[in-house]
Amino acid sequence: MGIRYLPRYNAGERTNHWLIVLFFIGAALSGLAFFHPSLYFLSAFVGGGTWARILHPFMGLAMSLCFLVLFLKLWRHNVMNEADKEWLKHSGEMLRGDKSRMPPAGRYNAGQKQIFWIMVVSLAVLVVTGFMFWQPWFANAFPILLRRIAVVLHAASATVLVLSVIVHVYAAIWVKGTVRAMTRGTVTEGWARQNHALWHREMTGKQ
Amino acid sequence: MSSLQSLDIAKRSATTTPSTQARKTIEVAKLIDVSSCIGCKACQVACMQWNDLRDDVGDNHGTYDNPRDLTPQSWTVMRFSEVEVEKDKLEWLIRKDGCMHCEDPGCLKSCPAPGAIVKYSNGIVDFISEHCVGCGNCVTGCPFDVPRISKVDSKAYKCSLCSDRVGVGLEPACAKACPTGAIRFGTKEDMLDYGAERVTDLKERGYGNAGVYDPQGVGGTHVVYVLQHADKPELYHGLPADPKISPLVSLWKGAAKPLAVAAMIGAAVAGFFHYTRVGPIESKDETPDSEPADKV
Repeated sequence: MGIRYLPRYNAGERTNHWLIVLFFIGAALSGLAFFHPSLYFLSAFVGGGTWARILHPFMGLAMSLCFLVLFLKLWRHNVMNEADKEWLKHSGEMLRGDKSRMPPAGRYNAGQKQIFWIMVVSLAVLVVTGFMFWQPWFANAFPILLRRIAVVLHAASATVLVLSVIVHVYAAIWVKGTVRAMTRGTVTEGWARQNHALWHREMTGKQ
Repeated sequence: MSSLQSLDIAKRSATTTPSTQARKTIEVAKLIDVSSCIGCKACQVACMQWNDLRDDVGDNHGTYDNPRDLTPQSWTVMRFSEVEVEKDKLEWLIRKDGCMHCEDPGCLKSCPAPGAIVKYSNGIVDFISEHCVGCGNCVTGCPFDVPRISKVDSKAYKCSLCSDRVGVGLEPACAKACPTGAIRFGTKEDMLDYGAERVTDLKERGYGNAGVYDPQGVGGTHVVYVLQHADKPELYHGLPADPKISPLVSLWKGAAKPLAVAAMIGAAVAGFFHYTRVGPIESKDETPDSEPADKV
């Protein structure tokens, strides 16, 4: 008997996810180029400093619009509940390699939910503040003091977003069998039983 | 403008290593004596002429200011302020506005493009347009609201203090053209000495609060004013009393950024070591020898 697979993301959801990834890479390369002089070389990947300045806002906006689609589909699954608090309490043990005391998780565990909301908030801040100093179209509509506040918040949110993406990507590599959910749309039943027991029960009716 | 002598660059935007230190040049300054200015705008004309700039014909909005504001084509503008410092005693204060050439330039600090803004060792702050990416950060960083971004080419423009003329021993075009001697150019030391003389004269003439405007919040400037009312610089079309680089800009461009870069790289490295030390979480049916089956 072979392995049984459970559907997790349909083709549309996967496409949307990878579009976010592509736009994120574009926005991150062009944005980090301006973040610190040590990263200015990244602008070469998008055609130089001026192209980085031109493309960055469009990349960021495209990423955010795609993320909005993802948000509307998934936010209900990411509402924190009582069981999540228990999960977070034991998350340190899991990081040290001991999963034995982790409470069963639903479709998303508390860590994934946290990352989801951190991404939602940081993207919202990035979009709003980004408009405030978007040259040449919107910046001049805002007073200089507001632009100064906006650039600080933009850089801070960008840092938070990049860090959350690093955690997100690492978690997908760390928990074997996860990447398949976004490349093929399915996960193995064993993966579901082990990492998302409540979701597994929901999907299969089995304990 | 373009960079004249790489040896004479003292500060360079978005550059974390030291600039050339071998050669020192004398610090220069332009002194604008507001009390001697008659508002003829010869300086504006000379600026346009020397720098080959032609602004659009503007409109009258009830004052003598023309154009209304600094633009990519107008690097200096006379600001006319009608004030009554003492009741019923009208004073017409005419300030030549433009880049102040700060010793600690907020534009340079904010600029993300390496070498797009430089400060020469003589104190002149210059935009090196071919490196400018048009992000507008210099506008955000400037305490005097001076740089302007062109709608045509998205480059930032401002007064260069005629760095090309100064580089070959000439005075800036505006100073050359001024018919009353209100604009003078020389070493910063000489200009401060001359300014002090003017202040003494003005005080004798009843301007008790006359003084030289060389704001220390930005490390001093290489354009200094003689003001009749140095205690109230805001009278002169909102000249800031104590300009300094905004703490927001310092936070944004200060220690926070290297720490954030370290955090990002640190997070990725930490992930790698976590994987190699603790190892992945594997599920039971993911044995390497099992054949992948069809989907449900």
